[in-house]
Amino acid sequence: MKTMWDYTEKVIDHYKNPRNVGSIEDADAIGEAGSLSCGDMLKLYLKVDKNGIITDAKFQTFGCGSAVASSSILTEMVIGKHIDEARKITNKQIVDALGGLPPEKMHCSVMGHEALEAAISNYYNEEITIPSDDEIVCHCFDISKTFLETEIKNNNLKTLEDVINYTKAGGACGRCHGKIKEILDNINKPQPKAEKLTNTQMIIKINNIIEKYISPELRKDGGDIELIDVDGNKIKVKLSGRCGVCNRSQLTLTHFVEATLKEHVDDNIEIIQV
Amino acid sequence: MTDNKIIYLDNNATTKVDELVVEAMLPYFSQYYGNPSSMYELGGRNSKVVKEAREQIKEFFGAKSSKEIFFTASGSESANMAIRGVLSGDKSKNHIITTKVEHPCVLNVYKQLEKEGYSVTYAGVNASGEVNTDEIYNAVNEKTALVSCMYANNETGAIFPVKEIAEKVKEINPKTKVFVDAVQAAGKIELNVKDTMIDMMGISGHKFHAPKGIGALYVNSSTLITPLIIGGHQESGKRAGTENVPSIVGMAKAAQLSQEALLYESTEVKRLRDKLEKGLLSKIYNARLNSSAQKRVPNTTNIGFEYIEGELILLNMNDYGICASSGSACTSGSLDPSHVLKAMGVPFTALHGSIRFSLSRYTTEDEINYTLEKMPNIIEKLAKISPYQKELKELKERKGM
Repeated sequence: MKTMWDYTEKVIDHYKNPRNVGSIEDADAIGEAGSLSCGDMLKLYLKVDKNGIITDAKFQTFGCGSAVASSSILTEMVIGKHIDEARKITNKQIVDALGGLPPEKMHCSVMGHEALEAAISNYYNEEITIPSDDEIVCHCFDISKTFLETEIKNNNLKTLEDVINYTKAGGACGRCHGKIKEILDNINKPQPKAEKLTNTQMIIKINNIIEKYISPELRKDGGDIELIDVDGNKIKVKLSGRCGVCNRSQLTLTHFVEATLKEHVDDNIEIIQV
Repeated sequence: MTDNKIIYLDNNATTKVDELVVEAMLPYFSQYYGNPSSMYELGGRNSKVVKEAREQIKEFFGAKSSKEIFFTASGSESANMAIRGVLSGDKSKNHIITTKVEHPCVLNVYKQLEKEGYSVTYAGVNASGEVNTDEIYNAVNEKTALVSCMYANNETGAIFPVKEIAEKVKEINPKTKVFVDAVQAAGKIELNVKDTMIDMMGISGHKFHAPKGIGALYVNSSTLITPLIIGGHQESGKRAGTENVPSIVGMAKAAQLSQEALLYESTEVKRLRDKLEKGLLSKIYNARLNSSAQKRVPNTTNIGFEYIEGELILLNMNDYGICASSGSACTSGSLDPSHVLKAMGVPFTALHGSIRFSLSRYTTEDEINYTLEKMPNIIEKLAKISPYQKELKELKERKGM
């Protein structure tokens, strides 16, 4: 069957014949995600035995075909699992189990994951803490900055379109697009170089680089190198074997050893031969 | 899908091309393919064909002269040509009035014009989907260049009093131009533009059994528009591009057939629509009539199924071959539900589960019976999945079902 959305056979099967529909009267955990006003809402019920195994799961969903399919397959995925194992299920695993979802429908899998998280928190009586500096970014769908940051990191989202598809944030009036881009930029900006290393960290790092990149090359020529001491930026080394007696050893030190260490460790490194 | 049956109840989206229309068009592909601007007979004869078609479309609009008719490629082009064409001719005014429920092909032009410095007043609608005309009249001032109001709404079928609006607007400011998007009215009700003060009116062929890719714009003789598409001298220099002869012929034929069927629309199509509407409302406890406008085009009804989402309903209807559309966010590509139903204040409980059924003169009694037979089961099945069991139970009890 072809419809506007290119749904997989699995998605079609699950919205046509949804598994585990309904509620559990004496559920050990209930989780909710979404809302009626936002156009999709999911209620997940879990029955957990004394060993922490999920023995039954049921769902009720207000939403489109892929929302129902995501909920339905999620119940199948959690039944029989230990609650802590179930907690490791990601929204990507829900998508994979369905054989994929159209990009615009990714938020359905996120909603499934959210409801599962909520149910497990409910099981452990965990308080869901909202950071005091949290703010609502998308007012149309009531989506917070913390939630966006988590989903951007978890799903490796790169563009505004990704964020809309996965979280719905920015999918209606569009007024928050600037803010979403800001959050994206903050998360995806190139990581600044690591903070200054302590001497011990420096020694370990330099030794690693020597072992990995420098020694093997010198050994090819029958020589080797040994780290003697680290004093700030000054790295004291001793060349051994044939390198120790080679009259071009200074060139090797500056053009190869120092350059390699500068590239991998720190730009200010200075090599001293002892 | 069961036994490949197609029950097409989405005629406000597009229509089946009438077989007589196809027949009329066919000679103009490989036999009479000449360019109407050419000198020899193969071309020149088509110039006459286009002229006759223009005459037919003039009749369809109920216009005074065929010189007021311009062929375009779509309803969207007609709207853009009218709006931009009239505004760029008069730079002294910077105010526009329209409604909140226009089709996106009109609404998005105004959103763009706002960015270009125009100020736009958007008149609201009441809960039945009828436009608040006072909001239009109160906003007209000496800077108002254009008032733009659709003839009939695509989602609810509500007919707006465009004749009265044009008269009142001209009383307040005779220099204000009036554009009417009549895409959803054409072929369903009489247009009769010559008896109105309307300056411009746009239509689209594929909404009344002509092919896609052809439309027309009426511009009265006292209104000057500057062209959007510059090039050759076609369409009196108002719209360049070699005439789409087969489609023009097709639209003219479709217009003739539609006009002949107007009585059938207002009686038989309306009877079937009413039967469908009443049947759904009485058989299904969570069904809610979204538009109870006093005046509606005869083919349209919009029904909200509370606490169920529209895409899911459509997917399940598709299994029975029943085609309709939804105001739900999930079917639109945007995540926002219908701007029309939102403007009407349709409650969230019904907004996302709203289904528009739009009939045509091809719709049969059997098809309506079949739809009425299948819909209650579909909704019953989907209601079981809904998390709002308590609310649904209350609705059921309230309706005594």
